[in-house]
Amino acid sequence: MTSFMPPAQKNWWNVPVGRQEIVWIAIALVWCLIMFFMMPYWHMYGGQNISNEGYRVTPVKYQAKVNEMIGKYKVREVGAMKTPVVAPPDGGDVYLMARLWQWYPMLELKKDVTYRLHLTSIDWNHGFSLQPVNINLQVVPGYEFVLSVTPNKAGEYTIVCNEYCGIGHHTMLGKIWVKE
Amino acid sequence: MADDNNTDERDDEKISPWQQIIDNPFLLLFIGVAMPTVFYTLWGVMEVATIPIAPY
Amino acid sequence: MALFRQCPDTGLFFHKEAENLMKANAVAGVVCLLIAGTLALLVVLTRWPAVHLLPADTFYMVLTAHGICALIFWVILFEIAILYFAGSTLLRSRLATPRWACAGFVLMVVGAIMTLAAVFGGNSSVMMTSYVPMRADPSFYLGLILFAVGALIGCFVYLGTLVVAKNEKTYEGSVPLVTFGATVAAIIAVFTIASGAEILIPTYLWSIGYISHIDPAMYRVIWWALGHSSQQINVAAHVAVWYLIAGVVFGARPMSEKVSRAAYLLYIFFLQLASAHHLMTDPGISSEWKIFNTSYAMYLAVLASMIHGLTVPGAIEVAQRKKGLTNGAFEWLRKAPWGNPVFSGMFISLVGFGFLGGISGVVMGTEQISIIIHNTIYVPGHFHATVVIGTTMAWMALTFLLIPVLFRRKMILPQFAKLQPYIFGLGMSMVAVFHMAAGTLGVARRHWDMGFAGNPLGFEYPATAYLLMGIAGIGGVIAVTGGALFVIITVGSLIFGEKLQPEAGLLQSFGVPLADSAYSDEKPARLPMAPAEAVEADHGEAGFEAPGTFILAMVLLVSFVIYYFINWKYLSEVWGLA
Ligand code: HEM
Ligand SMILES: [Cu+2]
Ligand SMILES: [Cu+2]
Repeated sequence: MTSFMPPAQKNWWNVPVGRQEIVWIAIALVWCLIMFFMMPYWHMYGGQNISNEGYRVTPVKYQAKVNEMIGKYKVREVGAMKTPVVAPPDGGDVYLMARLWQWYPMLELKKDVTYRLHLTSIDWNHGFSLQPVNINLQVVPGYEFVLSVTPNKAGEYTIVCNEYCGIGHHTMLGKIWVKE
Repeated sequence: MADDNNTDERDDEKISPWQQIIDNPFLLLFIGVAMPTVFYTLWGVMEVATIPIAPY
Repeated sequence: MALFRQCPDTGLFFHKEAENLMKANAVAGVVCLLIAGTLALLVVLTRWPAVHLLPADTFYMVLTAHGICALIFWVILFEIAILYFAGSTLLRSRLATPRWACAGFVLMVVGAIMTLAAVFGGNSSVMMTSYVPMRADPSFYLGLILFAVGALIGCFVYLGTLVVAKNEKTYEGSVPLVTFGATVAAIIAVFTIASGAEILIPTYLWSIGYISHIDPAMYRVIWWALGHSSQQINVAAHVAVWYLIAGVVFGARPMSEKVSRAAYLLYIFFLQLASAHHLMTDPGISSEWKIFNTSYAMYLAVLASMIHGLTVPGAIEVAQRKKGLTNGAFEWLRKAPWGNPVFSGMFISLVGFGFLGGISGVVMGTEQISIIIHNTIYVPGHFHATVVIGTTMAWMALTFLLIPVLFRRKMILPQFAKLQPYIFGLGMSMVAVFHMAAGTLGVARRHWDMGFAGNPLGFEYPATAYLLMGIAGIGGVIAVTGGALFVIITVGSLIFGEKLQPEAGLLQSFGVPLADSAYSDEKPARLPMAPAEAVEADHGEAGFEAPGTFILAMVLLVSFVIYYFINWKYLSEVWGLA
């Protein structure tokens, strides 16, 4: 009856602890430390890390960058909206923009080539969710995310929006094609 | 019952400092607010505030 | 003069004003659960692809209301009732400043109504996170602020009650472990609510045009100091409820006061840092900040939860073995009162929280693993395991315990009450597991149409994802059935249950005091320390007092390790990112 009564000893801190608890605490602590060190370890030796590179940016400036890229590297247009598809040069900068309710423009990348992907929203929060690989990034308006990405498989990829962004949220898609 | 004669003699060693911390809710309140305010909120706000302006 | 009554069945003392506030808060909480559960049915039936019940705009509105009503209103109103119970009843103390407590309650109710009215008004479908610059009606934020202020008053009334109890020497020695756990919850709540004020007040001013701009990234940092810390209130409080129920049902004593309280101390130091795990994939924030905070500084708060995971069932095992249930490793568990919803609810809460909610939470809160999980339906899968199986089921078990004690009514439909935790636990586990599974296939959370029907770009998730969401839908219907059963049994008992005390009329069920004859102005006898037991003196050498629990704990650890590395394996297969 003591969980809801005062401890049986005034000086309960000095009551010896059973071996079972001590063993469990030791095991659990080791596991906690392993989990902790996995994160810096992966930064050093793993291939999938979130970059810390980010900038403050205004929609106008960013849109200008996007248009500049489209002007230089557009390869075709898709659909009734004539959404441009851009094939950036190997290792180049890729500017992707989220807005209600579209990922703009579409991209054509090469397998095993590393690009600098820039990502921002010009209105509300959006969620970059690349399928079917399942890479998910938060896209915050006013902030430009810069990541090095290296597609490791050819195919057609879809960007779903997985941050709620209003009534058209579930219609917000984008495309990336990766070529051999 | 409400007299002051409650010093139970089961053990009368000195109370450990850890126990004194744990028995002091207002000290705990201070720790519990200060820790996340410093490490999460202030540090986090600094992180966001120091994000540079895009270089173009 | 403070008036008290003693419950003849349990010996607990109730301060008249505290008692009424507990009832009022708990009943208001259950009303919110009823609303939230009704909305949950609509939400889950919409996310079941074959049913797809609501139109899109209604879905987003209902989802906003479901999250707020369940996670904020139901959980916190009930939490305030628990604080008053742990402060006043368990310490045999009068409640400090009942008038303030009353004002706090009124503010919470008014705030809740205001926010829900704003959501159902249709122009505040912003989800509970209400990320700026998406804008809700000003009364949406104002209602949340009022609710938070009311809750903050409740926390300070609780802390004041600790002072009163100490000054008036209503107990000997240190406060009971359960009360200590409630104190930890109240402390976390103070930080949580302060963070809420920090972000919601400016946002309110912005919504009415006094402030022109709120930085969206700042908003996310501070909002999550509110959003996640409030879940840590729940953890601290439901662990306290586990200890309470272990004590009431089994007469269990903590295996070690020192270990359990030190674990709680780790919560105070580190638990709230974990708010950072919501920002793992946010731009521009350094990995140092992310790693330090998401890991609660080297996972020391996870260590604390793993300790409670051993000591709560361990305390039960020790108590059961003392009663002679010593055969094998698990006789104590097999012969536990599985037909008593107080115990079964608590035990399902414990196991579900540990195995489903705890493991998945730590894994997805890892900086890099978040990449393959962030904002997928895995996330709701995870937190329905923590906040529904863990917290809500603990609250439900406690309610079953308190109906006779607090409301002086016998429970109706005992046969159904017996089944309730199993139905709700099964349904909710299905929701949790199958949402998590669908999340690993990339299905988005807060999303009306996973089929993207009519979208010229077209995209289809794998067929399995549809199947998984369908099974989660079935689980949701089962869970809602269990939830409805809970509401029917509890509310029904308050109204129709046999009176255990002649004065316990209908009004008394909803917070009106019992007749004066039930109370006396005699001060309750001081709460004595628990009787000392010989065991404590020699258990240093006694070794493993709870071997069955140790086996269970090792099973948890092994599952944890395997699942953790499976996720690293998945992560290593996606595109290179740096
Ligand atoms: C009664 C059974 C319940 C069912 C079947 C259920 C089902 C669901 C479903 C299907 C979602 C939507 C997931 C999405 O599309 O993103 C959801 C969201 C949510 N649920 Fe529940 N739920 C239940 C009870 C609860 C309870 C008791 C709580 C809290 C204590 C809760 C808290 C939440 C929260 C916070 C969200 C997220 C809202 C948002 O994304 O803003 N649920 N629930
Ligand atoms: Cu979007
Ligand atoms: Cu969206």
